[in-house]
Amino acid sequence: MSSVHSVSAAAADHAHDHAHEDHGAPTGWRRWLFATNHKDIGTMYLLFSLIMFFIGGAMAMIIRAELFQPGLQLVDPGFFNMMTTVHALVMVFGAVMPATVGLANWMLPLQVGAPDMALPRMNNFSFWLLVAAFTLLILSLFVPGGGPAAGWTLYPPLVIQTGNSLPMAIFAIHLAGASSIMGSINIIVTIMNLRAPGMSLLKMPLFTWTWLITAYLLIAVMPVFAGAVTMVLTDHFFGTTFFSATGGGDPVLYQHVFWFFGHPEVYIMILPAFGIVSEIIPTFSRKPLFGYDAMVFATASIAFLSFIVWAHHMFTTGMPLAGEMFFMLSTMLIAVPTGVKVFNWTATMWRGSLTFEPPMLFSLSFLFLFTIGGFSGLMMSIAPVDFQYHDTYFIVAHFHYVLVPGAVFAIMAGVYYWLPKWTGHMYSMTLAKWHFWLSTIFVNILFFPQHFLGLAGMPRRIPDYATQFAEFNMISSIGAFGFGLSQLLFAYIIWACVRGGEKASDKVWDGADPHGLEWTVPSPAPHHTFDVPPVVK
Amino acid sequence: MSKTLKYSAVAAALGTLQAGPALAAWDLNLRVGVTELSREIYGLHMLILWICVAIAVAVFGVMVYSIVKFRRSAHPEPATFSHNTKAEIIWTIIPVVILVAMAIPAAETLVKIEDTRNSELTIKVTGYQWKWHYDYVGAGVNFFSTLDKESNAARQPNSGVAPEDVENYLLAVDNPLVVPVDTKVRVLLTAGDVLHAWWVPDFGMKKDAIPGFVNEIWFKADVPGTYRGQCAELCGRDHGFMPVVVEVRSKEDYAAWLAEKQAAASPAAAPAAAANVPATNLTIDGAIASVAKAE
Repeated sequence: MSSVHSVSAAAADHAHDHAHEDHGAPTGWRRWLFATNHKDIGTMYLLFSLIMFFIGGAMAMIIRAELFQPGLQLVDPGFFNMMTTVHALVMVFGAVMPATVGLANWMLPLQVGAPDMALPRMNNFSFWLLVAAFTLLILSLFVPGGGPAAGWTLYPPLVIQTGNSLPMAIFAIHLAGASSIMGSINIIVTIMNLRAPGMSLLKMPLFTWTWLITAYLLIAVMPVFAGAVTMVLTDHFFGTTFFSATGGGDPVLYQHVFWFFGHPEVYIMILPAFGIVSEIIPTFSRKPLFGYDAMVFATASIAFLSFIVWAHHMFTTGMPLAGEMFFMLSTMLIAVPTGVKVFNWTATMWRGSLTFEPPMLFSLSFLFLFTIGGFSGLMMSIAPVDFQYHDTYFIVAHFHYVLVPGAVFAIMAGVYYWLPKWTGHMYSMTLAKWHFWLSTIFVNILFFPQHFLGLAGMPRRIPDYATQFAEFNMISSIGAFGFGLSQLLFAYIIWACVRGGEKASDKVWDGADPHGLEWTVPSPAPHHTFDVPPVVK
Repeated sequence: MSKTLKYSAVAAALGTLQAGPALAAWDLNLRVGVTELSREIYGLHMLILWICVAIAVAVFGVMVYSIVKFRRSAHPEPATFSHNTKAEIIWTIIPVVILVAMAIPAAETLVKIEDTRNSELTIKVTGYQWKWHYDYVGAGVNFFSTLDKESNAARQPNSGVAPEDVENYLLAVDNPLVVPVDTKVRVLLTAGDVLHAWWVPDFGMKKDAIPGFVNEIWFKADVPGTYRGQCAELCGRDHGFMPVVVEVRSKEDYAAWLAEKQAAASPAAAPAAAANVPATNLTIDGAIASVAKAE
C-alpha cells in the first residue's frame, strides 16, 4: 500500500495515533471515488442504501396514494405497474441488500480484528457497479415504452412485452448481481483469512456468522438469476423460446429458475438482520446470547432449506400432487430453525437486566413483528390454503412484515447500535425513540389491514379495487404516509449525529460484550484499525 | 353499542359469520365459500390461524413478561446462563409435533383438490389481455366475458363517476359464466397471451392460466347465486379490470340457459364468433378435446 501522494492535513488528522499511516490517503472526491478503505466504502454503501430507501419509498407513496380510494385518480394503470415493479427492485437490490453489505463492510473487519477487507480494490468496484446498476434501472423509467412493469419477478411472457427498458433493467440486474458476487467473495475471503489469531469460527460474532452464510447463498444463486434474465433477453431479441410454448419452451420454467434464486434471496435479506439482532439483544439484556451454537446451526439450516422450498411460490402454477406435497412439507420445516432463533432471543432476555435504548427498541419490534410475518408464512406453507392466499394482499402483508419491521428495522437497529462507533458521537436518544414509536405504530397501520384485504379477496398489483376494499385501503395508505414521513426523522438523526453530539466512549454501550473487538477500538473508529492483529483468547 | 351488536362484531372478528354472496366492507377473514373444498380450506385456515394465535400468546407472553419483569430497574443483576439443553430440545420437538399435526389434514385436502375425476361438466377457460373466454366443451357454446360497461366507464381516469355509485364496481361482467348447482364442474385453464389466474374466492380455488399449457381445477357449488372474483396473476396494464363472475343456477335454469345459447350459436353465427378469437391464441383445442374424450 505505498503511494506517491504526500500526507495530507486531513489524513494526518485521522492518523493521530497511527504512525504507520504514511501512505497518503486521497482526499476530497478522490477519497470516495478511489476508496479502498472498508470504512469509507461501508459509509458509501449505507448512504447509497438510504437514498434508495427514499427513492423506493417515494414510489410506495405513489402506489398508496393511488390506492387511497377506489377509482383511478392519479396515475395510469401502466405507470402503476411500473411503480410496483421498480419499487420492489429498488428496495430489494438497492436498499436492503446494500444496507447489509454496508454494515458488513464497516463491521466485519472490526469484528474479526482485520485491518481491512481482504480485497479492497474489488470492494471499490463492487460498490461503484451498484451505482451504475441503479442509475440504469432508474433511467429505464424514462425511455419510450416506460419502465419495467411486469412485477419484480419479471415473469414471461408478460415481461417480453416490456418496451426499450427491458435490456436496461436486465443489464442493471446483471451489474447488481456482479456487484453482489464480488462483495460476497470479499466477505468470505475476509472472514476465512483475516480473523485475528485465536478467533476460531465458533468464536465469531453472530453478525459475522450470518454474513458468512449469506455470502455463500449469494454466490450460489445470483448467477442463477443472471441466467434466467439472460434467457428472457435472448427470448426477446434473438428469437429463442426458452419461456414460450410456441417454440417448445415453458413460461413456468422461468418461475422455477427465478424462485430457485428468489427464495434464498429472501434469506439473503433476513439472515444479516438475524445477525444484527443477535448482537443487540445480548448487549441490552446484559447477558450472553442464549444458545450460540444453536443459533449458528439454525442459520445454516435455514440457508440449506432455502434451496429446497422454492416452488412454494408457485403452488397455483399446476404442479403435480407429489410436487405440491414436497414443497409444502419442506416449507413447513423452516418453522423449526426459525422458531429456535425466536426462542433463543427470548431466552437471552430471560432473567437479563434490560434497558431500552433505540437499538434495543428496534430489535424488540423486529422480534414481535418478524414473528407475525413468520406466522403468516407458516399459514401460506399449507398448500391447499395457499390457493386462496396466493397473489392477494395477504401475501403483500406477509412479505412486508418480514421485510420492513423485519429486515429494515433490524438494519435501523444496527445503524443506531454502531452509529456512535462510526461517528464518535451519540445521537439524540429522544429523537431516535420518536423515530422508533412513529415507525412501529405506522408500520402496523400500514401493513396489518392488508391481511384483511387479502383474506377478503383483494388481488395484489391492482391500481383500483372494488368498493368493499375501500376502508382498509384508506387506513393502510394513511399508515404508509405516516411511515414514510417518519423516515425523514431517521435521515435527520443520522445527519445530526455525523455533524456532532455528545462524545461516545469506546465501548459506547455499558452492556456491550467486553470481548467484542469492535468495542476495543476508539470511537470514532480511526481510518485504519488493527494494523497489528489483536489476539483473541 | 347494544349487546347483540357487540356479539355480532365479535363473531365477525372470529370469522364465524356465514359469508354470503353479498360482499360486506370491513371483512376480516377468509370467506367460507359455497363448495365442499372451500369449506375444507376455510377449516384448515382457521385451524392454522388458531395454532398461530396460541403460539403467539405463549411466545409474545414470555417476551412481554421478560420486558416488564427483567427491566434493569426491577432486575439489576442479570443472570449469566447461556445454555439449557433440555429447553432447547423441547422447543425444537414441540414445533415438529405441531407441524406434523397440521400436515396431515392439509395433505388430505390437497389430494381431494387434485382429484378432478368424475366431473359432469367441462368448461375451458382462456385468459386474454384483458378478458376471459369460456367454452362449454362439446356443447357448442362459447363466449367472451369482459368488464361491464358501467364499471369500465367509471374506472377511466377522472371519469367523474363515483365507484360507490356503480353496482359491483370492477366485479361485474357482460357475460357471466353460468353453471348448474350441485354439479362437479371441471375447469380447464389456459391463456392466449400472457399468464393469468382464474379465481373465485367462494369456490376456494385459484389456478394460473398459462399460454400453451392446460391446468385443471374443479368445483361443485351447492348454493345458487352469483360469485365474483378477479384475475390474480399480473397480466399487464388492465390486470385489475378482468373480473370473473360465475352464476350458479338450478339444474333446470341452467339447461334452459344452455339451450337458448345453443340456439343462438346457429351455424351462421359460429364463424363470426371464431373470428373474434385473437390471432395470438395458441391452438390447443385439439388437446382439450382429447382430454375431454379420455374422461
